[in-house]
Amino acid sequence: MARLSPENEVLARQIIGRYPRSRSALIPLLHVAQEQDGWVTDDAMAHIGELLGLTPAEVLGTCSFYEMFKREPVGTYLVNVCTNISCQLLGGEELLEHVEERLGVKAGATTPDGLFTVEDVECIAACTEAPCLQVNYRYFHRITHAGFDALVDELRAGRLAEEIPPHGTTTRIRQTVPAPRWAGVGAEGLPPEIG
Amino acid sequence: MAVTDAPKIITTRFDLDDGRTLAGYERTGGYESLRAALASSPADVLAEVKAANLQGRGGAGFPAGTKWGFLPADVHPRYLVVNGDESEPGTYKDRLLMERDPHQLIEGVLLASYAVEAKQAFIYVRGEMAVAQERLATALNEAYAAGLVGRDIAGSGWSMDVVLHWGAGAYIVGEETALIESLEGRRGMPRLKPPFFPAVKGLYLQPTIVNNVETLANIPWIVRNGGAAFAGLGTEESAGMRLFALSGHVRNPGVYEVEMGRTTFRDLIEAPVLGGGIRDGGTLKAFIPGGASAPWFYEEHLDLPLSKATVDKAGSMLGSGAVVVMDHTTDAVKACARIVRFFAHESCGKCTPCREGTTWLHQILQRILAGDGRWSDLELLLDVSDNISPGIAWPPRQTTICPLGPSAVSPIASALRRFRPEFEAYIEGGRHAGARPVGVDVLAGVAAG
Ligand SMILES: Cc1cc2nc3c(=O)[nH]c(=O)nc-3n(C[C@H](O)[C@H](O)[C@H](O)COP(=O)(O)O)c2cc1C
Ligand code: SF4
Ligand code: FES
Repeated sequence: MARLSPENEVLARQIIGRYPRSRSALIPLLHVAQEQDGWVTDDAMAHIGELLGLTPAEVLGTCSFYEMFKREPVGTYLVNVCTNISCQLLGGEELLEHVEERLGVKAGATTPDGLFTVEDVECIAACTEAPCLQVNYRYFHRITHAGFDALVDELRAGRLAEEIPPHGTTTRIRQTVPAPRWAGVGAEGLPPEIG
Repeated sequence: MAVTDAPKIITTRFDLDDGRTLAGYERTGGYESLRAALASSPADVLAEVKAANLQGRGGAGFPAGTKWGFLPADVHPRYLVVNGDESEPGTYKDRLLMERDPHQLIEGVLLASYAVEAKQAFIYVRGEMAVAQERLATALNEAYAAGLVGRDIAGSGWSMDVVLHWGAGAYIVGEETALIESLEGRRGMPRLKPPFFPAVKGLYLQPTIVNNVETLANIPWIVRNGGAAFAGLGTEESAGMRLFALSGHVRNPGVYEVEMGRTTFRDLIEAPVLGGGIRDGGTLKAFIPGGASAPWFYEEHLDLPLSKATVDKAGSMLGSGAVVVMDHTTDAVKACARIVRFFAHESCGKCTPCREGTTWLHQILQRILAGDGRWSDLELLLDVSDNISPGIAWPPRQTTICPLGPSAVSPIASALRRFRPEFEAYIEGGRHAGARPVGVDVLAGVAAG
């Protein structure tokens, strides 16, 4: 249960500074918290509330709306199998069954070793590449059952650590703006927030 | 069969190794439109986009130039919000545009911001698209360092910022007012229109333009070649080129850039250089012409052109450019149930007919599939649908705040009208087969479509 680290607090303040109103940074900061701990802890939410002047309830209210934010630990690798229409037509449901069988857990559950969490997800915008899945939001297109087995072996052996960061990190590259380049005119003339 | 020889507009760099770097982008004409625009006035850029007759590529097909013209005069600051939330089932093109040619999008954002005098733009990328986020972050960092974004852009004295933002998983956030709520740090629930038309009261209640990624990716070409050149592609009604994601039971699923209005669904599905026909020599059962929200089309619609007006008139929509093909092996009830599950799952819960109705529809379909369906369930499906979208007509009427609720009705109305015997077979083979009503046509009250 961790608040944001000093480094992440610096990052959080940079992010907040990019928005005309600070509350807009809430989702980005929840991502920072999830990147730090692999899930969003109560302490991190409280800390984010302090940084943004929001109550814990306001932070939780936003956090709980969005499916990517996990409020309890999940596996190092989140395996999201698409079963929506384009994938269903080409074996997405059978792929999910195979994934469940191979990992020994049903969608929604985590393997006992804490390595994998399986999810049955909606369309992930790879419909022409069906059936497909994501591991920590990295795509695997037109994947066969044997292909998935090989992928699991690679992940277990740690051979994909370069390409696939642990759960919590989406982008590994952040926007950075050198201070002299920032225009900073977005809030000019913006009336104070009501309420 | 006519696949036109119109030029590619927005996919030209997809296969270049360095197409997504600043150097590769500039080598292939990148940022020339921006420099040219900065030497002319915002009104000139707006005029070209109006002349282009560029219809929005996010789903509703509203002309971008007209939308930009809706901003109330002299109300500032104004914002541009880029809708990169792509999550309509079947849709896959904005992710490609962000991953493979991020500078093209950034240049489009700069040109649009210049035209509408936006002080700041936000690129809202879907949370699940990690690589798109990385490519856009890299491209924005390059563009800022090169003086193309931020303070005193390209030495012109004009300054504005572009911020990369990403979501956290919620289809409804693709709806423009929900996108704005989310960007304000709230639950992504749609606002009522009116009064919250983004162009008038959008982000922070200021005038805001929300445009789709593909819409904006077209702007650099339009500024470089002129609005008239763009309007000269396609037809008078549906101009330009457009990306279509062709998925399902075709030989060559893929994302294809084709000329609007002059290309037909048959071309897209059957042309050897495009879909290549139904896989394994099968036959077409149905296809969805514009994403999961769209009513289904069949054999008799194959020769319709990819034009907004024509498809609207035929009772569906081009929507988000997602064509999903189902062959004769498809179980219509299962396909319908999967799409309805999606809408039930993604309902934001703000309005009762959608929150409760989509859940009911999903549960009824599940029990039919499980052999627990009753004959009265067919009528119940339509009754619940009618409560969400009165009359079950097209274009849909709605008892809800946004069109998500009515979208769940499309697959049900389509599948029940066309493939009713398949629903009946599930009931017939299930636990409540006995009580089949005689002579009652549950569809009698619903107009054919
Ligand atoms: C439920 C729902 C989901 C939507 N999802 C998206 C989306 O993912 N991406 C998108 O660009 N537009 C989406 N839209 C359309 C937007 O509300 C809006 O019309 C569009 O972003 C405007 O851009 P355009 O005029 O450039 O098309 C959605 C609309 C609804 C009702
Ligand atoms: S129709 Fe559904 S998704 Fe749209 S606002 Fe109402 S409850 Fe939310
Ligand atoms: S339906 Fe599976 S990626 Fe779109």
